Parts: sequence; structure tokens; C-alpha cells
Amino acid sequence: MKDEVLWNFWRCYLQKTKQAYCDRPAGETVKPLSVCDSSTDVDSDPERLSLLYSSLSESEGDLQTDCSFVSSTSKVSESTSVHSRSGSVDGSLYLMKNPKEKLRMTMPMTLSFCYMALLWVRETMTLSELLRFVFEGHIPYLNVFQHFPEKMKLRGPDIKIFCVESWPSYEEVFNKMHELAAFLDLPRFPDITDSCFLHPDMLCMKYLMEANLPDEMHNWTCRVVKKTCIGEVDFLTLVPGNKSTRKVKYDVLAAAVIVVVLKLLFLLDDKYEWLLSDFAQERNKNNKEDGPYFELKKWYKVLKCTLDVEQKKLDERRAKYLWRCEKPLFYSAKKKSKVLKRRQIVVNLQNQFGKLSGSVKPAEKPNPSSFQLSWSEENTDGSCFHGHSLKGILQEKRGLLTAMNPRYWLCTLKLCNEKLCGHLAHYGEADFPQSYHFVLRLFSFLLRIEPSYIHDEVCMIEHKLFNKKLRKKTKYKTGPRK
Amino acid sequence: NKMYCEVIKAPWSSNSGRAVVCNNWLFAVSSVCSSFCESKFNFKKCKELCLSFIQDAMLQKQWKRAAEFLTFYVESLEKDFSREPVGASEIIWRIGSEILRHHPDSSVKEFNTFIEPMKTLSVKRYLKVCLEHAFYLLHNGLIDEAYQNLSLAESWRFGEQTVIQDKELKLIQAYLGLLDYYKWSKQKNILLEHGKYLSVEQEMHSCFRKAAVNLKEIIKIPGVWDQFVKCYVDMLEFYGDHNEARQVLNEYAYNPKFPANPNAHVYLYQFLKRHGESKKSLISVLKILHDIVPSHELMIDFNTMLQKSKKRKRRRLGLEVIFTALDYAGCKENVKAWSCLARQMKQIKHLAWIKQEWNSRKDWWPAFHFSHYLAKKNWQENESLSYEKALVGGCVLSENHQQFGKKVKIVTSLAAFFEMLPKPSGVSG
Repeated sequence: MKDEVLWNFWRCYLQKTKQAYCDRPAGETVKPLSVCDSSTDVDSDPERLSLLYSSLSESEGDLQTDCSFVSSTSKVSESTSVHSRSGSVDGSLYLMKNPKEKLRMTMPMTLSFCYMALLWVRETMTLSELLRFVFEGHIPYLNVFQHFPEKMKLRGPDIKIFCVESWPSYEEVFNKMHELAAFLDLPRFPDITDSCFLHPDMLCMKYLMEANLPDEMHNWTCRVVKKTCIGEVDFLTLVPGNKSTRKVKYDVLAAAVIVVVLKLLFLLDDKYEWLLSDFAQERNKNNKEDGPYFELKKWYKVLKCTLDVEQKKLDERRAKYLWRCEKPLFYSAKKKSKVLKRRQIVVNLQNQFGKLSGSVKPAEKPNPSSFQLSWSEENTDGSCFHGHSLKGILQEKRGLLTAMNPRYWLCTLKLCNEKLCGHLAHYGEADFPQSYHFVLRLFSFLLRIEPSYIHDEVCMIEHKLFNKKLRKKTKYKTGPRK
Repeated sequence: NKMYCEVIKAPWSSNSGRAVVCNNWLFAVSSVCSSFCESKFNFKKCKELCLSFIQDAMLQKQWKRAAEFLTFYVESLEKDFSREPVGASEIIWRIGSEILRHHPDSSVKEFNTFIEPMKTLSVKRYLKVCLEHAFYLLHNGLIDEAYQNLSLAESWRFGEQTVIQDKELKLIQAYLGLLDYYKWSKQKNILLEHGKYLSVEQEMHSCFRKAAVNLKEIIKIPGVWDQFVKCYVDMLEFYGDHNEARQVLNEYAYNPKFPANPNAHVYLYQFLKRHGESKKSLISVLKILHDIVPSHELMIDFNTMLQKSKKRKRRRLGLEVIFTALDYAGCKENVKAWSCLARQMKQIKHLAWIKQEWNSRKDWWPAFHFSHYLAKKNWQENESLSYEKALVGGCVLSENHQQFGKKVKIVTSLAAFFEMLPKPSGVSG
């Protein structure tokens, strides 16, 4: 039961940071847990999270002024009436006393908790998906305090904690999650085997579908995964506190594998892939029996178009994003009237100009969906490439189908020290071929992260893949362009 | 409604000229580079993006779309928690005003509803917003409402702010003065039509007093106050206070602190003329105008005056004035200007003068005024113009200027004139 998992994590955290009691805290007074069945669906997430948030505030309400004091099991709930300045007794103290402690509770931290729980139960949701649901509003994050019970009032420094003015970044949530896991002294997480959703083979399949690439490519991704040993249980499973293993970003890893496969098949140096595509096109003309051969040019046109449309949609959505809600936050009772007045002005303006907007239908929130792009083979316009064959760009050699492309260029000859400069490699758009940049951009869209993170993973995989060759230091066709 | 448009052109120095807002401002919006990474789009960036959409829509006159995005922008007013200064209220005021001015479904009522909270949103901008609101009302012909608004604004007091916003306050008072003049002027018309009524006279006088106070104040400040000066002088003349009027006009024209303004001299000249002042004073005023705007239409009158003078120097000046006026495209087809020049050329005995004037012009006047094409055109469109030009042209273009002017008759002079013009190649004359 995920609720139990999350709740246990939370309890552990409170214990470890000595903010709550060793005994079971006044959890009994908390609202009854919503019972979820084992087959989870996305809709249950919001409930889980509101539970987390309300428990967060309530627990803060539990706090004594002396942080390190572990007291007996006094029942709570009257906590909120105490301080006039700060709704949560410890709001200001909390912020003051723990500035250096990195595991202070923040809004992004709540997501770290969630992700940790999801990973523990090996849920079919990646971190990028989780964050996307947050952006799309399916998971309460922005104005979560709206859902708090009446008696819980936020004042003063609480606002800094609960007022969200920026989206959480993947890196932040990811890193904090790992720190948290180590901090809580958690044991090795449940194994990620090749039947798990988070295994690269599975995720690659998903992303190949979403990226409208041929299903046949999956063979290639599996081969790369096998060759680089990134499908091993020990590589994928999280062992908190183990500093020698690299932390795995499952989604980024899978995307990077696909990028490597594309480079293997098409080289992506802004010349060869187009020649190859023309070649496949020629072959296609004589091709009567098999299904159509995959032509990169056609695929590129379709995807480019789609990406541009999505970019515009995203931009408009961001421009229209509303950060404030009906229940405004205010610092103190003195400022309350001013804040409420402002709110009223804003609402009036929204009404006035809303009427002048013409008949614009309010954008309906789409249902949460795992796939952002979907392609149907039933479309007669030929815009779906799933069923296309890679034969157009493969050749037979000793009975095996191999890529016609004999070359490969490495993104970087030497990997940086991640701990020192934060990245394995440094990505600059102008330094690499446009095709490569496009492919990164595509996955950047699907995962909603910066292309440089995918680039890092690509470098990592490449170095594993060409490990022996690199060690030998033989001349290899390398080089970013320029 | 020409009244307020003139003032918008910076009565004060360039810095505070922005205090009175121009309707054609554009704000610079930082471009937000597109990225798929949501964490780059915090509150501030989202609002910047929203603003760029608004700007695009406004530039393309898509008022509905601009209004739509504005609804998403307005919550910027609520960003209370960081220490960053909120510039949003000014932006929202300006954008909202602009949209409401142009939107087809908007109305004065809508505008009024919108503008009231804008006034209170920022104390530092209170008077400015009031002034803008008054302009809007005037633009829509609602004089009484504008007057009420301005009166209300004038009585606003807010400690230190009243001192800081002194300039806006003066402008408000100036416009009140103007509107008082407008009332006065209406009363005056009633008076002239229907004869004397005591109540009308009394009302007129009270309007006059109120207007005079404010108008007098504003024209003390260096700037361009054409309309205000005219109105003030008009009232003074009506009540016979010519001294004050003359002083005002002199100040306006000659005070070096005031920016150079040809209109100031024109007003002064017209006043002096109305009151039968001496030629000497008229000439001195027009001389300055000649220096500032040699192509002014009053130069023709000036020349006429100077031609008749007994003093040689003045006649010489007259020739210079008229030649210079015709240097500009504005007088090219002005029959009167040409006739003045023609007349003077016939009269003067000093050939040297004409030679002097013609010397600097002989290279370009032929092409400018006496081309074959123009001659044909003038002849077809305006015979008198053609005739006058021919007289002048014949004189300056021929070898023996004097002979030509005296002896040859009209018809032959024209023909001869045409003969003298350079023929365009390949076209029969």
C-alpha cells in the first residue's frame, strides 16, 4: 500500500530530523487514509499528496519550540491556536534553525518523498512523468494550502514555504530524493528487473512509440542495453548511501539509449543521414512485398512539425498560467486587508477583460495521460512510422543484418568529473550537428528537461559502449563538428 | 480635438516629458527563449512571456486576443512576497487603457470602471492617471465629466506626494483653466447673440477669473503652451487688458528660457497688427520669424510691407525675404508669392540686388522652378501662376534682365519665356 509506504517514510523522516516523536505521532487524529487498491491509477496520486501536505503542516503544528526535545505522546490539534504571528508554531524557527541542513522540508521535497515512494513500489511512473503531472495540475502543488482544513492558518514565514513561484526542477527533486534515502538509512530498494517498467528495455519501447520510431529499433536498443550492462539489476537498483554507483535516471537513460541507437544507424552528422534516407527512399520504390522502409527525412518532417506545434502550445499555456488562487496568502493580519483588496482588483480586472476576450472557451484540462504524443497506424497520411522497417538502411553481412553506417562519432572524448562541475559533458547547441540537436530536443520535450542532461547520459553510454576502444586509444572517428 | 494633442509634445524638458504619456509608446519586453524545461519558467518568466503575447496582439490590433492574455497577466499585481518592485501596475494601466481605447466592444463606462482602481493602485501615479483619464474623456467629447475629474484631482492631497507630483498638478490646473476658458467662450457667444444678460456676464467673469489664474501660472513655466497662450490672450483682449496681453505675448516670444517657437512670434505679430502698432514693431517681429522659419506664409505679407518702405535697407531685405521664401517647396505654387517677387523685380532699380540673389540660385532654381515640365503643368492648371512665374523667369533667365522686364509685352513674353526653357531631349516642345 503506497499510503503506508509514504507514511512510513514520512514518519522516519520526522524521527530522523528529530522533529517529532519516537512514538507514533498523533497520526490517529489525522483524517482516515484513503484506501487504494493495489492496481494504482494516476488519479489516486492527488489524494496521496494532499494527505502528505496536510500531514506536513499538522506535524509542524505539533512542534515544540525546542526542536531537539522529544516529548511524550500528547495529542495535538490544538497546535494552531498558539501563535498569532506564525500559524505553525515553528514556522520561523524552522526556517532559521535549519538553514544549513539541506534536508529541510520544502515543496520540492514533498515531490522527492513521492518519487521515493513510487520507486520503492516500482510504480509505472518515471520522475519526468511525475513532474509533468505536477506542471499539468493533476497533482496539487501550486496552491496546496487551499486544501488545508480551515483551522490551519498560514502566517508569516510559513508563506515562504508554501508559496510556490517556480516549478521544481528534475535535478533538484532527483538529488534530494537520493540524499533523503541515504539520510533515512533505507535499505536496498526493491530490485529493478527486466520485467519492471523502469527497466531500460521497457522504457525504450515506450519512448520509441512516443517518438514515432519503428518498432524494429527496439532490437537495437536492447542490444545496446545488453552491451553496456545498463540493464543489470545491480546497476539499476537503488542502494541508498552507496556513493560509488552512479544514480540512475531511468527515463533519461532510456532516452539516451535511443539517441545512441539513432547515431549508430544514421550517424547524424548532418550529411550522412540524409543520404541514407534518400537511399532508403530509392529502395522503397522497388519494395513491393515488405512494409514500407523507414525514411528519416519523412520522419523528421513529421516530428519537426509536431514539435513546433507543441512548442507553441506550451508557450501559450505558460503565458496563460495562473499562479494565484482564490485564497491568497498574507504575511500578517495587518497586510490581510491590503492583500484581499488586491485580490479583488485582480478578480474584477479578470472579469472585465475576460468579457472583452470574445467567446474564448476556457482551455480544458486534459486528462492525465502517460503519452504526450500518440501516433496511429490507422492514419492514412502515413505519419505513423511504428510499422516501418529498418531494412532500408541495413545490409546483410554474414547472414546478419547490420547497419550500413560504419562510423560513429563520440560526443566527448573525456568525461568530466560530475561532482566537480555538475555534468559529465558540456553541451552547446552550436558545437554539435543539427540533427543531433533535433533528436535531443525531441526527448527534451518528452521528458521536459534540458537537452544537456540527455547529452550527459549519451556520453556515459557511449563511453561504456566503446570502452575497450577508448582504452586502446586507437584512432577513432570522433569529434563534435567544427 | 486638437487641444490636448498639442500639449502632449513635451511641455517640459525631455526627462519629465514622459510624465504626460504619449499614446504611441511601446515597451520593451525581454525575449524569453523557448525551452521545454518547465523549471525554467517561474512566475516572473511566465508573466514576461504573457506580456510578449499581449504586445504581439496589440501590434497586430488583435484587441480581443490582447484582452484575453491580459486576464492572465493581471495576477502580477499580487506578487507581494518577494522584494522585487512590482512594475506590473503601471504596465497593466497602460495596456488596459490602450485596449479599452480600441476594442470594439469597449465603452466610456468600461473605461471609467477600469481606470478608478488604477488610480489607487499607485499613489505615485495618481495624478498622472487622473490626467490621462481626463484626456480620454475629452477625446470622447465629455467635457463636463473631464472637468469634474480634473477638479477632483486638483483637490487631492497626499502629504509628500503632492509636492513630488507638482508638475502633474500644474498640468491639471492648466487644463482646468482651458476648460474654464471653453465655458467662458460659450458664454461669450450667448452674449453676442442675445445681448447682455447680467447672469451670463457674471458667470462669464467668474470663468474668466478661474481660467486666468491657472493659465497665467502655466505659461510662466518654459515650454510650448500655444493653445493656453491664445486662450488667455483672447480673454484679456475681450476685457481690454491690452497691456497684460502684450506682456504675455512678449514673454512667450522673447524669453530665452522658452524653446524657440515660431508660433509665439506669429501670435505676437497678429496681436500687434490687430492693435495698429507701428510698422517698425511689426517688422522687427517678422524679421525674427524670417530667421526661424523662412518659408512661413507670413513672409509674403512681410515682403509686401518691406517693398513699400522708403528705407533702402528694408527694400533690400524684402527681396531677400521673398527669394528665400520661394526656395522652399511650400511656396512653389503660391501665386501671390510669385506676384510679389515679380512686382518687386519690376520696381527695383538696383540690378545688382537681383544679381546677388540670383547668384546663389542660378544653379538650381531653373530645375526647381523653371523646368519644361513645370511650365506646361502650370500653364494647364493655373494661368495666373504661369504668368507671374514667366515674368520672374524671363527676367532672371535672360541676359538683360531689365530690358526684358520693361519692354516686352505679356503674350510675347510668355512665348519668349518658353523658348528659353531647356528642352527635354527627344520631346517636341
